Amino acid sequence: MSRLTLLSLQVLVAVVCIVLWQVLSTVPVFGKILLPPFFFSNPVDVFSQIVKWFSSGVIWKHLWITLVESLLAFVIGSLGGVLVGFWFARQPLVAAVFDPYVKMVNALPRVVLAPIFALWLGLGIWSKVALGVTLVFFIVFFNVYQGVKEVSRTVLDNGRMLGMSERQLMQHVYWPSALSWMFSSLHTSVGFAVVGAVVGEYLGSAAGLGYLIQQAEGIFDVAGVFAGMFVLSAFVILIDFGVTLVERRLLVWRPTVDGRG
Amino acid sequence: MITPTAVALEDAKVAFRLGDDRVYTAVEKAHLAVAQGEFVAIVGPTGCGKSTLLNVAAGLLKPAAGSIKIFDRPLTGLNRDAGYLFQADALFPWKTALDNVAIGLEIAGTPRAEALQRAQKWLTSVGLGAFANRYPHMLSGGQRKRVALAQVLIRDPKILLMDEPFGPLDAQTRQVMGNLLLDLWNADRKAVLFVTHDLEEAIALADRVVIMSAGPSSRIIGDWRVSLPRPRDIFEVRLDKEFHALHREIWSVLKDEVMKGYVQSTQAAEAI
Repeated sequence: MSRLTLLSLQVLVAVVCIVLWQVLSTVPVFGKILLPPFFFSNPVDVFSQIVKWFSSGVIWKHLWITLVESLLAFVIGSLGGVLVGFWFARQPLVAAVFDPYVKMVNALPRVVLAPIFALWLGLGIWSKVALGVTLVFFIVFFNVYQGVKEVSRTVLDNGRMLGMSERQLMQHVYWPSALSWMFSSLHTSVGFAVVGAVVGEYLGSAAGLGYLIQQAEGIFDVAGVFAGMFVLSAFVILIDFGVTLVERRLLVWRPTVDGRG
Repeated sequence: MITPTAVALEDAKVAFRLGDDRVYTAVEKAHLAVAQGEFVAIVGPTGCGKSTLLNVAAGLLKPAAGSIKIFDRPLTGLNRDAGYLFQADALFPWKTALDNVAIGLEIAGTPRAEALQRAQKWLTSVGLGAFANRYPHMLSGGQRKRVALAQVLIRDPKILLMDEPFGPLDAQTRQVMGNLLLDLWNADRKAVLFVTHDLEEAIALADRVVIMSAGPSSRIIGDWRVSLPRPRDIFEVRLDKEFHALHREIWSVLKDEVMKGYVQSTQAAEAI
């Protein structure tokens, strides 16, 4: 299939969905509107809501807040995950002692921590950052831990035979290997950073996309909820695109990324 | 003048502790000396512990008994005089071919610019001058072996340890690599310990061919001198009459061990 055909088919799906939505929510079928506007709104209202947000400039502040929270959560969570992952992988005793606790904390649905973070850190950005960190940390931690532990025996021996000291092995073998594992989970961890931010906002905040959606919901403004969801999707897709660009630059040496690209 | 001994294994025994309290003896009382400038090939059936012996010479493994001397000094820790060419891919996948070759110099403190310059020269001499910026996964198996060869040789080790380095390559590439190795080796004649299961390859390359018995508890059961003239072309040396005579003679000993090794490995599989 050519690119053009594929693209037109993809656009067709969106058009059909939107038209169906518009028709079913405004035109009565057998004297009955199948999608009551109170619950489903309609595409025109949703779209005009989005336009209003952007033309008045209200949305930028919220986007900015969510972006900052996501980035902070990602950076802090990754940093912690890399450090602890490294530490555990190089000190099997420490890893063995903490293993059940790591599993326990990771098994906990992180959303339940949101109220505690709100209590501890207030309704500002830091309670959302904290929630995002607990999500990002474990993904990065497990990947780095795995990455350091599964460095190829041969590559390690080769480094030793080439005369590398422990510190040089760290720099030239363990570190790149761990980073490559971390980057392979980049999409997931960035995604979770956004989830943490938005869920945190939704549960209690004064700004951000989650706040916007929660506010609209509070006054039964369904068009606002849908508009928020669409802006959020576009936001995540943009971030994901950025991640793909970064990944392509950083992982040129890996065959898989090449194949996908 | 007596040429000094580069590698001397004296009654080296290598044993591994298995999970339970049993001990698996891989190599029993290996006695082997490699003189400076000598190319020695170790041949034996699969699982006879020839790679194990090489790891002892590299200092990656400690012998359970006996001793190992490098240039008449007992080896403690890693063998710093040796370069090791591995059977499996051992290049750093996150470094380009050029960086892979330069790394040995860089970690020894050579300034990066100089290291890169010398690495480029080495890449050219293994025929990969135009591939400096490729990552290992962009190279073929044979090209990766060339990079690995340059990576080891750039450090100018006094001893070369090679563990079936051309094993994963196809037959033609192996011969090309063999000739490349001989050319590079001819330039300064390092001591070489070359492990292979391919008797033809061993005779074509080496000054001496050492045969090991089937494992476990394998030992060295034969030692032949190869007096084919150098420099050799391993395409042509295989047509030589002397080559055939020697091959027949060594094979008559090796064949029994290969059969034994085969029987043992199938029995071991059945026992499991």
